[in-house]
Amino acid sequence: MTENPGDQPLRRTPLFEMHLSLGGRMVPFGGWEMPVQYPAGVLAEHHAVRNGVGIFDIGHMGQVAVSGVGALEYLQWLTPGDVSRLEDGQAQYSLLCADDGGVIDDIIIYRIGPDQFLVIVNASNTDVDFAWMRAHLVDGGRGVSQYRVNLTLLRPDRTLLALQGPRSLETLQRCSDTDLSGLGYYRVMSALVAGVDALVARTGYTGERGYEIAFDECHAGAVWNTLLEAGAEFGIVPCGLGARDTLRLEASMPLYGHELDRSVNPYEAGLSRVIRFEKGPFVGAEALQAVQSSGRVRALIGLELTVPGIARMGHQILLPSGEVIGEATSGGPSPTLRKSIAMGFVPVAQAIEGAHVCVEVRGRRLDARVVAMPFYKRAPAKRRAVSPPG
Amino acid sequence: MSNPTDCRYTREHEWVRKDGDTYVVGITHYAQDSLGDVVFVELPEVGASISEGASFGVVESVKAASDLYAPLSGEIVEVNERLRDEPGLVNHHPYEAGWMLRVRGPAGASLDGLMDADAYAVYLETVH
Repeated sequence: MTENPGDQPLRRTPLFEMHLSLGGRMVPFGGWEMPVQYPAGVLAEHHAVRNGVGIFDIGHMGQVAVSGVGALEYLQWLTPGDVSRLEDGQAQYSLLCADDGGVIDDIIIYRIGPDQFLVIVNASNTDVDFAWMRAHLVDGGRGVSQYRVNLTLLRPDRTLLALQGPRSLETLQRCSDTDLSGLGYYRVMSALVAGVDALVARTGYTGERGYEIAFDECHAGAVWNTLLEAGAEFGIVPCGLGARDTLRLEASMPLYGHELDRSVNPYEAGLSRVIRFEKGPFVGAEALQAVQSSGRVRALIGLELTVPGIARMGHQILLPSGEVIGEATSGGPSPTLRKSIAMGFVPVAQAIEGAHVCVEVRGRRLDARVVAMPFYKRAPAKRRAVSPPG
Repeated sequence: MSNPTDCRYTREHEWVRKDGDTYVVGITHYAQDSLGDVVFVELPEVGASISEGASFGVVESVKAASDLYAPLSGEIVEVNERLRDEPGLVNHHPYEAGWMLRVRGPAGASLDGLMDADAYAVYLETVH
């Protein structure tokens, strides 16, 4: 995922110069040149998001507008989720699955209006996803010649920022006259942010309360700076890919290329909740139905090391007897829990909470325990006392 | 941060300082800055031998693991136990509290093959 495939020059978001001026350390990621961290460091950035607020440039992510009278019907065929359950202003975590049920990408679908949807896809998969989406405009399988749909790749005209952390609402509200307090989880609305027309969604990739904000890329610097100033009181820091990774790992959110790829089906990855057979046929449905009836072979598990050390992607997972049962897909320190955590695939029979396993790290077997995911779950928002006790 | 003049330096960004009849080993400011936040340091046991140029341990940052290379041969007489609970000392005090090993070298051990602070500063210009 961090490699630059081929010799194509790395792409830059409109905030590239901003990152340099803030001391961001730029690395290749999914074909883009993005900040992995700023001078505060990954741990400080991580804690800022858990305890205050952090701001991320996620302009590398793909945004595809899907519009037209056939948009709903098209998305119902393209994705395994039930898009008809979405009302205007609602969002849905979903997938693109291949005919064999393998995961092409994980996506978020926003319903902006009756015939208007926005699909956010992973940066590294944007070209593949867009080609896949275009190819499925013509649906040979059901004899439908063509959906009445317009597909538009919005990037690079539109950019995306993420504002994440318990103080994200206060920070954002200082930059907007629109009341955002009622915007629920996985809801989206139009608002002026720093005087700029924006789509504000209460989504994120950190396991914390937060927002993702889409707007015209020419305003990127102004919106970024306004949010940074508004969040200063809450200790806002710019956050890079390093913190984004530790935050999503603690929240057990999958990362494409790690927990998800073409060889993984949604049942194995613990994403069965996405799949809605009752809605009617969709790409990959037959293969997924077969997995559902025969049962998944592997399962994604959470691991907590019980001895010092760090497990990382590619490290083998073993039974205490030494039998290799799987491989870690992600791993690293959990700055919030002050533990070493990892995810990985093992046979279903071994996916038992509390089981003792080992992870082989540079020839040494480190003890670990299978634990429930997510590793970290935020405490519910504090309620204001409405009346004195007694 | 300038590199202390009482240390010698390797091309792999370790430092070594003579302290009486032993040698103290750690990683440089440049190394810790390149790694980012250090979260775990894997060091050998007291009594183990290290050999010049060979890996003696691993430093784990949030994102990656990196080998540590011995600037000299010898026997480990002490390891910095504080790093077990405070690996961030490597970032904040790379030349002092963030030291890693204390080594007893062979009689007549010489650090002359290593860079002094000035040579290391010149070397850093070439790796930037």
